Amino acid sequence: MEEFKNGIKAAIPIAIGYIPIALTFGLLAKSNEISFYITTLMSLLVFAGASQFVAVNLLALGTGTGEIILTTFILNFRHFLMSASLSQKMAENIDKKLLSLLAFGITDETFSIASLKKNELKPAFMLGLNLLSYLAWVVGTAAGHRGGAVLPDSLQSSMGIALYAMFIGLLVPSLKESSSETIVALITVIVSLIFYFLSKYISLSEGWRIIIVTIISAFIGALIYSDKGGRSRV
Amino acid sequence: MSEKILLVVGMAAVTYGPRMLPLVFLPGIRLSPFLEIFLKFVPVTVLTALIVPGIFNSTGQPLTAVIGAGVAFILAFKDQNLILVVLGAIFSVFLSGLIL
Repeated sequence: MEEFKNGIKAAIPIAIGYIPIALTFGLLAKSNEISFYITTLMSLLVFAGASQFVAVNLLALGTGTGEIILTTFILNFRHFLMSASLSQKMAENIDKKLLSLLAFGITDETFSIASLKKNELKPAFMLGLNLLSYLAWVVGTAAGHRGGAVLPDSLQSSMGIALYAMFIGLLVPSLKESSSETIVALITVIVSLIFYFLSKYISLSEGWRIIIVTIISAFIGALIYSDKGGRSRV
Repeated sequence: MSEKILLVVGMAAVTYGPRMLPLVFLPGIRLSPFLEIFLKFVPVTVLTALIVPGIFNSTGQPLTAVIGAGVAFILAFKDQNLILVVLGAIFSVFLSGLIL
């Protein structure tokens, strides 16, 4: 129960970040004449912010169902890497049914908190973390669609930085403690900027860009920090 | 089933699959040390790839985003509580938006 409560507490910054985005999502869906039922169902079942925005935009453009599903797959495939990384950090011998429930709540934000947590990851912690994040997302979506719950413009745009600030807040303390992670983070900045500028010349979606940058940078890091005998030097 | 429900269910399925498969099936499989280190670096690399360059477009004004990022960085470097880092960044973007 203590771990569950800690998970809920750890999700507070995520909830702060999710609510304005979810409100905007609900409003955007409504203004594109997507019903309350479908909009809320999407947040309930998909629970992946960026892809839901993209889906609504594509729907408004009249894009076909198959193409939207494919785009969603590509955009959300980065969670595969996150899930693989978390699997190495989870406490051992956890029931597969429980793991498959916890997996539903893997987002960029819940992953960032879970993966950078100091100790072994307990299922109860992740359950609390996922639950509050999920509630903020779903309730925010419904409220945004119902309307009347939209923040003033200046505050709304200021809150756009919330989740990025949270990523910085999680990343920096962990970099302070590890020189290898600092080097790998700097490598990632360079690789990421290269691909950002490349994406102006070659067609590369946001989803692919994040996946490719993550793989290349983690690969370079693993090359540097595993010695020839294959043993970890981290 | 209506076309839109089909869409939502399809989106849910292709999102859930990649989230679920590694977490459920990787425990118990022995990974090579190289792959273990690779996966250990994924949190740092994926977070960095999400922050750069995404943060600069997060407020609608690159300059206020840079200020917010700077404030978040300083607060985080001083080991401030995560909620304070988030609120500090929001507040600094809000203030600089008023001034700039």
